[in-house]
Amino acid sequence: MLFVIEVFASFLLLMGGVFILIGALGMVKLPDFYTRLHAPTKATTLGIGCILIASMGLHALRGDGFAIHELVISLFLFITAPVSAYMVAKAALQRRTRFVDSTINTEMSKDILERRAPK
Amino acid sequence: MLKRLFPMPLHTGILLLVWMLLNSFSMGHLVLGLILAIAIPWVAAPLSDPHARVRKPLRAARYVLMVLGDIIVSNFEVAGRILRSNRHLRPGLIAMPLDLRDHFPLAVLASTISLTPGTVSVDFSEDMQWLYIHALHIDNEQHMIDRIKTRYEAPLREIFAC
Repeated sequence: MLFVIEVFASFLLLMGGVFILIGALGMVKLPDFYTRLHAPTKATTLGIGCILIASMGLHALRGDGFAIHELVISLFLFITAPVSAYMVAKAALQRRTRFVDSTINTEMSKDILERRAPK
Repeated sequence: MLKRLFPMPLHTGILLLVWMLLNSFSMGHLVLGLILAIAIPWVAAPLSDPHARVRKPLRAARYVLMVLGDIIVSNFEVAGRILRSNRHLRPGLIAMPLDLRDHFPLAVLASTISLTPGTVSVDFSEDMQWLYIHALHIDNEQHMIDRIKTRYEAPLREIFAC
């Protein structure tokens, strides 16, 4: 039983590591600022989720009791990640940060800046 | 009197609970947590507007589970897109017409959209009729809007009964 939990936790840790690595990779290779914004807010949520679940399992296994810290951490993460993504996206638009050429509907950024309905 | 001492009783409870969960239990932390849980709402209460409340807690719980599921599924999707070549990427801006009006459900909707991978909410229009979204990859604009409307906005309208 102990062995099963350890294998399961190791698997989750690996998965989490892979997802965070992909998130970091996305930061490097995605073509423009706005697409890069997707990598850290997203690929990492699942990565951190995996690591936190593994941590809960291992703590329970070692008899430290059911660790509630991890749940609180993920809750805070889920509340704050959208807010920071929103602020960063808004700031980028204000600074007229360029879109990559393949982006569709870039003309909408003017409507967003003026906060009016799309044309 | 009681209302003035505890302007946000629910928040006082949650703050105290979170404080106790983050720190190991001791009398000192209980007292400190109580002071914070009572004092913070004094500052925060004047800042909060009257807003819609959750009318259907069970439906809300189901919504949270559904969003968690969606986060997992679309995380794989975004990971795949990152690993493939940029040439296949079609990022773009979308304007989504809104049926919700109340600010609190709208904030929940915008956060949900930002949390589910592949989309980030950028801004609302001044009149709160439109939500602008940046998407990492758009196959079909209308399809995407419809999906967000039926999958997230419709349940939120039900949950907040508005």
